[in-house]
Amino acid sequence: MKHEWKSGLVAGIPIFLGYLSVSFGIGILASNAGLSVAEAVILSAANLTSAGQVAGIGIIAAGGSLLEIIATQFVINLRYALMALSLSQKAAPSLTTPKRLMLSYGITDEIFALCSAREKDVTAGYMGGIIIISAAGWILGTFLGAAAGSILPEAVTDAMGIMLYGMFVAIFLPAAKRDRRVCVVVLAAALLSCLFHYVIRSVSGGFSVIICALAAAFLGALLFPIPEEDPENDQKEEV
Amino acid sequence: MSRAILYIITMAVVTYLIRMLPFTLMRKKIKSRFFRSLMYYIPYTVLAAMTIPAIFRSTGSLPAALAGTAAAFLTGWLDLPLIAVALAAAGAAFAAGFIV
Repeated sequence: MKHEWKSGLVAGIPIFLGYLSVSFGIGILASNAGLSVAEAVILSAANLTSAGQVAGIGIIAAGGSLLEIIATQFVINLRYALMALSLSQKAAPSLTTPKRLMLSYGITDEIFALCSAREKDVTAGYMGGIIIISAAGWILGTFLGAAAGSILPEAVTDAMGIMLYGMFVAIFLPAAKRDRRVCVVVLAAALLSCLFHYVIRSVSGGFSVIICALAAAFLGALLFPIPEEDPENDQKEEV
Repeated sequence: MSRAILYIITMAVVTYLIRMLPFTLMRKKIKSRFFRSLMYYIPYTVLAAMTIPAIFRSTGSLPAALAGTAAAFLTGWLDLPLIAVALAAAGAAFAAGFIV
């Protein structure tokens, strides 16, 4: 069992480094949006999700409603349900319900990718090790970003506000390049989003993301239903 | 309790439930092809809708944001790692902020 923890901790080192830099951007974003360092750290420790946290920070800063934040998190993070479902089948028989309740906290895109790439069964120690080192990077990076946000010159923090969006581009653009179906739904989502932003201005940001994302994904599911094999292999590059 | 903390805890509860319920309760595969297709496309459409047009207002000025966006799309198109794309975007926005 000890060995499993160790291999999980080692396997998670690349995620630790990646999370450290990405969550630095989250910390800056939170700080620019008026959250305190403590609030930013609690946000990252409690949520462990990039896109959801960015959307959440935006809604908090814009004074959005609780319903808006619930609906936004639900749609943005719904993909975790699919990953959880898939991991659930790969989990070792030793994963009892209490262990599952704890490990659920750490189902992110990268952790999911590592766990599903493992040839052996996923044990609580292995997954737990990955989650601990990954979450440490996520929380530490947020702390550094939020603290630096008030120390660094405005020119630097301003420029760093684009980092998270750059990361999102790095996820959807290569996927759209490789897969024409993804290209179509991504373009549809972007166009709809611009429409809501510049023309129909009465819908708030969080709801606009939900409507655009769902409408574009519906379009994709209608026009290009994916083949019968397991979609999990195509989900691994998400954050 | 501050308003931000209330919102943060609400987010955390929703996100945890999304992860926990399928992981502990459901052990079968999703059968519906439409639903699986929807789940396949949602990550990409969410990210695209969140990025565009918000990325244009993500830095101090529009020209800086446009420079950062161009850098992100270029490096992203070349399949560079996430961190490289993020840093290229920030670097370009930072540089453009001084020039413009």
